[in-house]
Amino acid sequence: MSRLPALATLLAVAGVVVALPFLLSDYNISLAAQVGIFFIAVLGLNILTGYAGQISIGHGAFMAIGGYTTAVMSRDHHTNLVVTMLMAFVICFLLGLILGLPALRLSGVYLALLTFALAVSIPILPLQYTTFLGGTGGVQSSTTVSNTWVYGAAWAASAVLFVLAWLILRGRVGRAFRAVRDSEIAAVASGIELPVYKTLAFGISAAYAGVAGSLFVLAANGFAAPSEFTVELSLLLLVGAAIAGLGSLWGILVGAAFVGLLPQVSSSVPVIGTGHGRDVVFGAAVILVMLLLPDGFAGLLARLRRLARA
Amino acid sequence: MATAETSRLGGPRNRGAALGGGVPLVWVLLLAAAAGLLVGSLRSAFFAQLTIEGLAIGAVYGSLALALVLVYRATHVINFAQGELAMATTYVAYQLIQWGLSYWEAFFATLAVAMVLGTVLEVALIRPVLHRSVIATVIVTVGLFILIDGVVNWIWGGDFKPMPSPFGTKVYDVGGVAIPKLYFGMLFVVLVSAALVWVLFRFTKLGLGMRAAALRPAAAALVGVRVDRMLAIGWGLAAVLGAVAGLMAEPSQLFLSPTLMQQILVYAFAAAVLGGLESPFGAVVGGLMIGVFLNLMVGYASTISSDLHLPFAISAELQLPFAFALLLLILLVKPTGLFGHREVRRV
Repeated sequence: MSRLPALATLLAVAGVVVALPFLLSDYNISLAAQVGIFFIAVLGLNILTGYAGQISIGHGAFMAIGGYTTAVMSRDHHTNLVVTMLMAFVICFLLGLILGLPALRLSGVYLALLTFALAVSIPILPLQYTTFLGGTGGVQSSTTVSNTWVYGAAWAASAVLFVLAWLILRGRVGRAFRAVRDSEIAAVASGIELPVYKTLAFGISAAYAGVAGSLFVLAANGFAAPSEFTVELSLLLLVGAAIAGLGSLWGILVGAAFVGLLPQVSSSVPVIGTGHGRDVVFGAAVILVMLLLPDGFAGLLARLRRLARA
Repeated sequence: MATAETSRLGGPRNRGAALGGGVPLVWVLLLAAAAGLLVGSLRSAFFAQLTIEGLAIGAVYGSLALALVLVYRATHVINFAQGELAMATTYVAYQLIQWGLSYWEAFFATLAVAMVLGTVLEVALIRPVLHRSVIATVIVTVGLFILIDGVVNWIWGGDFKPMPSPFGTKVYDVGGVAIPKLYFGMLFVVLVSAALVWVLFRFTKLGLGMRAAALRPAAAALVGVRVDRMLAIGWGLAAVLGAVAGLMAEPSQLFLSPTLMQQILVYAFAAAVLGGLESPFGAVVGGLMIGVFLNLMVGYASTISSDLHLPFAISAELQLPFAFALLLLILLVKPTGLFGHREVRRV
């Protein structure tokens, strides 16, 4: 997108985000906060999968780690919640780098398998280490915050992390990511250090997921429990990224809104009705998007722009 | 995997060495493992019980792993919805039994339904995205995972459903070791279906066509193999094996619920990777090994952690993270598994 309309769009979105808390009810603010939280997580996953071409079906695991970081630090040390978000960022960044190490030798389906197994395994750990991680009963943070606080924190973090992602992706690192995605062999031949950039992509995206997980727990009244971080959460992030469009930053708001709002909306789906309406709509939507809009919402935007120009 | 590996490894010589020296070693290791299990079983009834239970459950993992391998061979993707598909077909069997069919009538009717379902899914959903990228195809199977989960919950609800036991509740006494007939039944059904698949691939023209389509699609098409049709049948067969896995998994978990196959899927992943991801035989062996290994681990978990004075406890709940660690280990140490071949690609 050329500079001026792009900037105008961003400013318009920012304006709406700032204005919303004054217009919405408390419940709707909590929904808008959910969208902000998923915005961060989907953005992070898109950096990894869309730009660096490394699939992950396990980012819910990093959300869990970030969320538990916040809950445990707040419970045991009464740490300031914003500080715990930064800690979640750093811890998940490091763990992401570590997950990036096996990813150096794997790609495609093998990586998908491994990250999926990670997503299934991580929620088991709290059940095992009950004194530290609270078991089935979960961990309750010492302080809780209002919906408006979560909203503000989520969207402020979204803005900062969006700009950060844009800065990372527009320059040398972003070019390296795309080169790795398009052809690893060609990238290596052009002097790109594969180990550095692959692990870096994992680290960055895991850090984003960690912040999202931290906010996710705060949005749930500071309560972290294994049942909140199921495999489905990881799958939803991938769904969000696919709907947003892999390899573009323009569709992320749509992908995040889809993932964040649908659970609330779909409880009133006709015919299916119950809570499972969500899964039916989600599943059908992601398949349809992949079949009809291969590049997600961002691809649709690009296509519309080409039409408008022609 | 191919690209990263290729750059580091040499050409045909390397492959020859792997074939010449690697395969016999695998057999030696397998025989040693089998001998170890036999000796352990003779010395301790508890060990024998765990081993046989592990073999029966491992047969289920192997069956689902075989389904994954068939799909991988046919279309080079992992079907993440394979477990949910197996779960859904088990619900079909449940419904048929509710309508008054006997267990085995429902069993075979379900296999037919699974065949059709697998084929239709490949044609309708996978084929359009297959040429695009691995990521796109994986995302479609993930969507399928969520969709099937939602549909099953919607039609049958999330509560536990009782199903009649296919093999009764008889328990044999073999030299002081109590073994339910169920375990023999599970092993028998899975091994027979795996053998039938092998016969199909090895001795029929259809199987030959399927192997050709999987191995060299372009060349197969040139000699008259309907490659598209073969891939669709491959998916159908995979769904049938998945249904066998689901139907055999259900009695070991006592009740049918929508989460029946979610953990089993991870074990099946580990089994398939252990077997080499493209070897049907390896998938079954891998399944049996993972089943026995995890079952022994769970059985002796409390003893091990108290005997070794570990700072943390090992318990049955860690089975899943353990499978993850195992998967990671296999992928790092020997990504080609026991029976896989290193893929060599020219650039």
